[in-house]
Amino acid sequence: MDVQEIIGLTAAQAIAAIERGDLDAVELFSAYRRRAEEDELGAFTWVAEHLPADMHADGPLRGVPLAVKDLFCTAGIPSQSGSKILEGYLPPYTATSVARLEHAGATIVGKTNQDEFAMGSSNENSAFGPVLNPWDRTRVPGGSSGGSAAAVAAGLAPWALGTDTGGSIRQPAALCGIVGLKPTYGTVSRYGMIAFASSLDQAGPLTRDVTDAALLYRHMVGTDPNDATAVGHPEEIRLPTAERLDGLRLGVPTELTSGEGLEPGVLAAFEATLETARGLGATIEECSLHSAPHALSAYYVIAPAEASSNLARFDGVRYGLRREADDLVSMYTGTRHDGFGAEVKRRILIGTYALSSGYYDAYYGRAQRVRTLIAREFASVFERCDLVVTPTSPGVAFELGAKTADPLAMYLNDSFTVPMSLAGIPAISIPCGLSEDLPVGFQLAGPAFSENRILDAAHALERAIGFDGSPARTRTGATS
Amino acid sequence: MLDRSEVLHVARLARLRLDDEEVDRMAGELSSILGHIAAIAALDLDDVPPTSHVVEVESALRADEPGPCLDRDVALAQAPAVQDGGFLVPSPQAG
Amino acid sequence: MNGGGMPSDGTERGAGGPAEVASYEPVIGLEIHVQLRTRTKMFCSCPLSFGEPPNTHTCPVCLGLPGSLPVANAEAIHYGLMIGLAVGSELAPRSIFHRKNYFYPDLPKGYQISQYDEPLCSGGRLGEVRIHRVHLEEDAAKLTHVGSSGRIHGSDASVVDFNRGGTPLAEIVTEPDVRSAEQASEWLRLLRTTLRQLGVSDVNMEEGSLRCDANISIRPVGTTQLGTKTELKNMNSFRFIERGIRAEVARQEALLRAGETVTQETLHFDPRTEAITSLRSKEEAHDYRYFPEPDLPPVRITNEMLHRARTAMPELPAARETRFASVLGLNVESARLLSWRAELGDYFEAALDAGASMHPPAGAQPLANWISELTARHDGDDPADSKVTPQALATLVGLVGSKKLTQGGAKQVLDRLVAEGGDPAAIVDAESLGAVGGADELAPVVRAALEANPDVAAKLRDGDMKPIGVIVGYVMKETRGRADGGEVTAIVRAELGL
Ligand SMILES: [Zn+2]
Repeated sequence: MDVQEIIGLTAAQAIAAIERGDLDAVELFSAYRRRAEEDELGAFTWVAEHLPADMHADGPLRGVPLAVKDLFCTAGIPSQSGSKILEGYLPPYTATSVARLEHAGATIVGKTNQDEFAMGSSNENSAFGPVLNPWDRTRVPGGSSGGSAAAVAAGLAPWALGTDTGGSIRQPAALCGIVGLKPTYGTVSRYGMIAFASSLDQAGPLTRDVTDAALLYRHMVGTDPNDATAVGHPEEIRLPTAERLDGLRLGVPTELTSGEGLEPGVLAAFEATLETARGLGATIEECSLHSAPHALSAYYVIAPAEASSNLARFDGVRYGLRREADDLVSMYTGTRHDGFGAEVKRRILIGTYALSSGYYDAYYGRAQRVRTLIAREFASVFERCDLVVTPTSPGVAFELGAKTADPLAMYLNDSFTVPMSLAGIPAISIPCGLSEDLPVGFQLAGPAFSENRILDAAHALERAIGFDGSPARTRTGATS
Repeated sequence: MLDRSEVLHVARLARLRLDDEEVDRMAGELSSILGHIAAIAALDLDDVPPTSHVVEVESALRADEPGPCLDRDVALAQAPAVQDGGFLVPSPQAG
Repeated sequence: MNGGGMPSDGTERGAGGPAEVASYEPVIGLEIHVQLRTRTKMFCSCPLSFGEPPNTHTCPVCLGLPGSLPVANAEAIHYGLMIGLAVGSELAPRSIFHRKNYFYPDLPKGYQISQYDEPLCSGGRLGEVRIHRVHLEEDAAKLTHVGSSGRIHGSDASVVDFNRGGTPLAEIVTEPDVRSAEQASEWLRLLRTTLRQLGVSDVNMEEGSLRCDANISIRPVGTTQLGTKTELKNMNSFRFIERGIRAEVARQEALLRAGETVTQETLHFDPRTEAITSLRSKEEAHDYRYFPEPDLPPVRITNEMLHRARTAMPELPAARETRFASVLGLNVESARLLSWRAELGDYFEAALDAGASMHPPAGAQPLANWISELTARHDGDDPADSKVTPQALATLVGLVGSKKLTQGGAKQVLDRLVAEGGDPAAIVDAESLGAVGGADELAPVVRAALEANPDVAAKLRDGDMKPIGVIVGYVMKETRGRADGGEVTAIVRAELGL
């Protein structure tokens, strides 16, 4: 097979080709390794120099290359979480989810760029430079898993691992025209994921199609003796086969879809997708998530609060950057001044403030109660609806630098994805069309552990929509 | 909403040195973010319990079985400064 | 956590004016950190460390490496439940861990995982001191000051060893029920005995497995308002605790009498100089920003866990004290001494088992008394470490009980046993220390005594019994203490026809 043929395959198709003997796993790896090396999008922070000696090509994933977000610890491979404070950091151990995938036959081809410590919606907060959107290089790929999304969209990797705290898989997947699944909190081990907000972080797949998402996720789930919050999944994750949506009740939360700031082109693509769903036999009804407008506020208290604590370990003592000083406090403050970028500092300050004496009840305490409300409201909606659907992001990919001056405007990108994160429930984003020649994402969310239902519905819609992602793969400058 | 001195106080708690221009910028940005967040202050949440863990796990405890430790060379490998098999830091009492 | 046991944070000024107060009483609450004797650390599977080379018992979790997560040790929770049961706490069916955030090089994550407002155990009592709470947390690493270092130019440096970091700790917080330095150290001995009998800790103060902080305030006797408290940190022996508290109470009293006020602060007691110095004076007030640890689900105590803890409970000092008093008939002082100091009680019970002739209650109290004699002679806390075996002491007490040995003779035998060990009966024979008794043996000696002291004999004949001690003393000297004083007196009376 030539390179164009190879990169035309989804991961599942590549596995099938290897099993048929039409494609060699080493050839596949080499093709992607070369493309990743020639990456002009800034999607990678590290690319494998050669095929790893311990490739598990006989595993069910047949050695298919995998791009891994920088914040996953990978033994002996730089794991920097997009931060200067961890520049060159080589962990002594590998994250459980990555180790599981390697064991199943995935081969790490590179580590992908991201917003620093996963804080951002545009990938402009990386210490290693921005990532460009393969659909339009003047635009952002979304964030924080921007490198993973761009790499998959541009055909620099067949699939990738990302993490989602408030939308960090779904939003870049939407902006890059690929599929991104944020699983139910706790189904995938967080051990070895450099933490942003522990009660929200969850690893998930970024893939070219829904089948690949199911396939990758299937090999990630499970309990972990090293993660007390990892509960695994009560069902086996099936590869989706549904072609119809007969009898499926889709709820459209009015609080989210009638708000201002939703771009007309995005709304049009969303509504067209609802029509498609209806055509496949689904019923569409309005539903209500009263507290959803407050989700963003709760999120921007809880996530920074946890982050302020999680990032306290970056103190220049055991690893990472140190700014030498004669006294301890100056060493600490100088190290953290030099090592953290502006957005990380902003969130550390918000989070520290929200937890500090006299403010805890007003901020963190209340935010946790809002979180309860949102979880309850989702539960009540799911009594009447099978899935909730929204646009993934209020707009398409915006221009680099367009929102960097206004942090609050940047945060509003997460309005549609944050409620599900707070409730800990699964949600997927699939490409549903174009607006201004840029991809639009369609989000489907379900009750906890309903990944199979979500994947089936997404699969049926995907087939009916027939989104063509190939322009992003051909527009890239990576040639060979 | 947040003035310079409050920003400096929080930065001190977080062991974060801020440049002068950063302090002013942060005061403005944090005030605007906290202003947005303040909307939740108006909600009636008295009867709503807080959620700290979305997934409740039954006693996810670890058996008291020893596991492998890191070799000391590995434990110290990424440290900026090492002495006598330990991590070297400026003394907390100094300065 | 700091001062959880104090009903007042003591922010109001010390009560009472300087001049008119006759005397002050100390109000003391204790916070005890106990290293639990699990095999592995609190939140990771590293084995606990006992003097291994630095940083050889570490892993990604206890080094606070990016991405690592804590998982709570079930055995530490089991030990926590046992402590709670021992002091009669209410055991929370659901408790949660919190993060206590502050920066220090011995704290790898920048926060300590501890418990805050939902601890494992609440309330309870041990002896006369009420327990406020018992909770679990992780120990800090060890920081060693190394002086100036070439690596850090021109300044003092320290080296961090994470072997100890993450060792499970139970923190026991009392109510402010202690009223003196002596009571504090006596009560801590009871606590140490209790913990040792539970088998949950090595309770070795010198090695730091039992550490004590004291919250101290004083108030005029007869008042109930609490004064401003200070926190005296990390005293590592019973002696230092007693001296430290006494010194701090004296310092506070001097301040108040001089019309000054006590400042709420954390203090360090230097046992060499008796000096009390303020810690952290340069630091701002702490703001620990406690919040629920998202990495650890709530701890749910199942019926199985409760059952296992209950089944594992040994006899504790209070129950032992009751048994010693009611079943063995010991007096109050002996029962308390032998139960609060477990090593004495264990020795006592071993001797009781060894001495077939000592049927309680008759033989038990004398045995208890002889254990006091032994501890007075033995240089160390535990008589089991002496050369006197429980069997030997039982034999000795048996010889006294059957009048084969007098009290005085027995003390001489005990001196020999403490010095050299051996069998009391053999020592008695070899040294001819056996009791001299009966008119046959004693009457000639008494007669000799009366002849040697004609003045005394005359007074006795006239009914003035005061100088009889001279005669008894003569006989004791002649028999090398082997005669019984009462018997000698009786023979004197018989000889004089009184
Ligand atoms: Zn460890």
